[in-house]
Amino acid sequence: MAKIEEYIPLVGQSIIDDLRLLGERLKGKVVQHINSTPVGGGVAEILNRMVPLLRELGVDTKWDVIKGGGQFFDVTKKFHNALHGRQEEIIQRDFEIFMETSRDNIANVDTYGDIVFIHDPQPIALVEKKAANKWLWRCHVDVSNPDERVWGFLMDFIVQYDSAVFSAPAFSRKLPIRQFLIPPSIDPLSDKNKELPQEAIDAVLNKYGIEKDKPIITQISRFDRLKDPVGVIEAYLQVKKYINCQLILAGGTAEDDPEGLNVLEEVKSKAEVDKDIHILLLPHNDIEVNALQRASDVIIQKSLKEGFGLTVAEALLKAKPVVASNVGGIPLQIKHKYSGLLCHSVEGASFALKQLLSSPEYARKLGENGREHIKNNFLITRHLRDYMLLFLSLYYPEDVVNLH
Amino acid sequence: MSELTGLRATTLGQFLALIKEVPGSSIYHHTHRFLQQHQYLSPEPPNDFAYWVTDILGEDELGERLASIDTVQYSTIRDLREEIASTIENYLENNPLAKMKFARSGEEFHFIKSVSFILPTNYVAYDLKDFVQVLKKITIDSIYFHIFEARLRLEKPTNDFSFWLENSLGEKKLAANIAGFDPYTSTLEDLRKKIIRLVEKRISS
Repeated sequence: MAKIEEYIPLVGQSIIDDLRLLGERLKGKVVQHINSTPVGGGVAEILNRMVPLLRELGVDTKWDVIKGGGQFFDVTKKFHNALHGRQEEIIQRDFEIFMETSRDNIANVDTYGDIVFIHDPQPIALVEKKAANKWLWRCHVDVSNPDERVWGFLMDFIVQYDSAVFSAPAFSRKLPIRQFLIPPSIDPLSDKNKELPQEAIDAVLNKYGIEKDKPIITQISRFDRLKDPVGVIEAYLQVKKYINCQLILAGGTAEDDPEGLNVLEEVKSKAEVDKDIHILLLPHNDIEVNALQRASDVIIQKSLKEGFGLTVAEALLKAKPVVASNVGGIPLQIKHKYSGLLCHSVEGASFALKQLLSSPEYARKLGENGREHIKNNFLITRHLRDYMLLFLSLYYPEDVVNLH
Repeated sequence: MSELTGLRATTLGQFLALIKEVPGSSIYHHTHRFLQQHQYLSPEPPNDFAYWVTDILGEDELGERLASIDTVQYSTIRDLREEIASTIENYLENNPLAKMKFARSGEEFHFIKSVSFILPTNYVAYDLKDFVQVLKKITIDSIYFHIFEARLRLEKPTNDFSFWLENSLGEKKLAANIAGFDPYTSTLEDLRKKIIRLVEKRISS
């Protein structure tokens, strides 16, 4: 895993020096992250990179994971969908199951941090253990239009935290606690994003029997309805009437996502009509994801809801032209017609794909602008700075904090 | 860093009311964040208010008026806020139909405020030679702080660089030259280069 010095050629010495200065200000504080899964999904991916780097910067950082059985994760998946605004049948028993597991975790998880940093709704009830220490709740979910019953249930816990953190402005609402905007980030040196030699890219295409004889459109995402893989196939089929191209749908399933395999089956059946649709199950294979993104002519991210959409940042960092839905954190990454194309429907996605495939020079320019925007705003070094400032903000309520 | 207020506007009427009541840190955020976040765009998109009014509500004329407010002329956030509010008020008086326009769901204006942390770096300059070397090394966040935040948020009479050059080194002309830039029309990297060029020219003269 990359050391902090390795980022200097990418972002400059002074950025790393500033991070070290902030780290010094947090000496003596223990920051304890708690989430629900050590692998799979964006949260675990970010923590896997952030925790060692924060330690290197001098912040005493720990990471603990709550326990939960199948029933609990079925309920939290329902909560997740409901917070994204999807219709879910949630019964009283679901709330009871959530609280039963939460009570077990309250009894068994030691919340020893000076700052306890809770990620997402699954461990949210641990705040019942709040003592004199500081507590942060990080919401990675798009809660712009949540199911009010689930949101109301969570609100009883949220108000007990010192501060909340959201990924996009549209997720905020009036709260009696401080709330900060911290978009997530990508790591330019991770296996998923580092530069790859052409042979490595070709080897992955060969492995999956994909020939580079026609343009490749790719969506990298978990097989999840909110990522609308079926909508991607429909948009692709509309493009295929005019442009001979191929589609790759690739992704894994997270451990806390029991619905994933059902969606995968549904997508496979929908894809049977066209032999140029490649459905690839890639559980946690970052180099292959990297290679597929680099081999693609256009990247699509047609999510119906999106906490942030890290795959968009990954594609843009590789200077790929992107077509993506105007939801969640995606418009923070793409300014329409400047650093990518935003869409609202299958037809819109199809039209944008046709534009990009037919105008490679325009597509190249969008990709280059996108790369600059990601480099300036969505790399892990910016995220490290924001987290350290967030930790400091717990001790300083002012808008201008002078630490001279 | 950015702190969310949970306040949002859908119409120009709500927008104006909130502009009058949000904390000064929010007015500051929406008139300056583009400078830090879109470093590669030149000329910079001027401010969030102008962008929303133009691109979301389709009120191009008001957007242009907001975009052309000469931010560098205002020495306090209070004055800047008053100018923005009166620009919108005047426009609404002359164009009452503009009150009828709504942003669609998901495109509301969300008010955010800037929270700043000021801490010393390890770079210190005692003369022009030190100064120009440090200017080449520090982050653009440091440049941004000394040029924009010091003047407008801490209400100092000029930017930090000009103040130090004039009062500590007696470099009155160089100080005035730097203070004479309109920093809102350059990218931060261009601004760094311009200041470095002026200082190097002074050293070699």
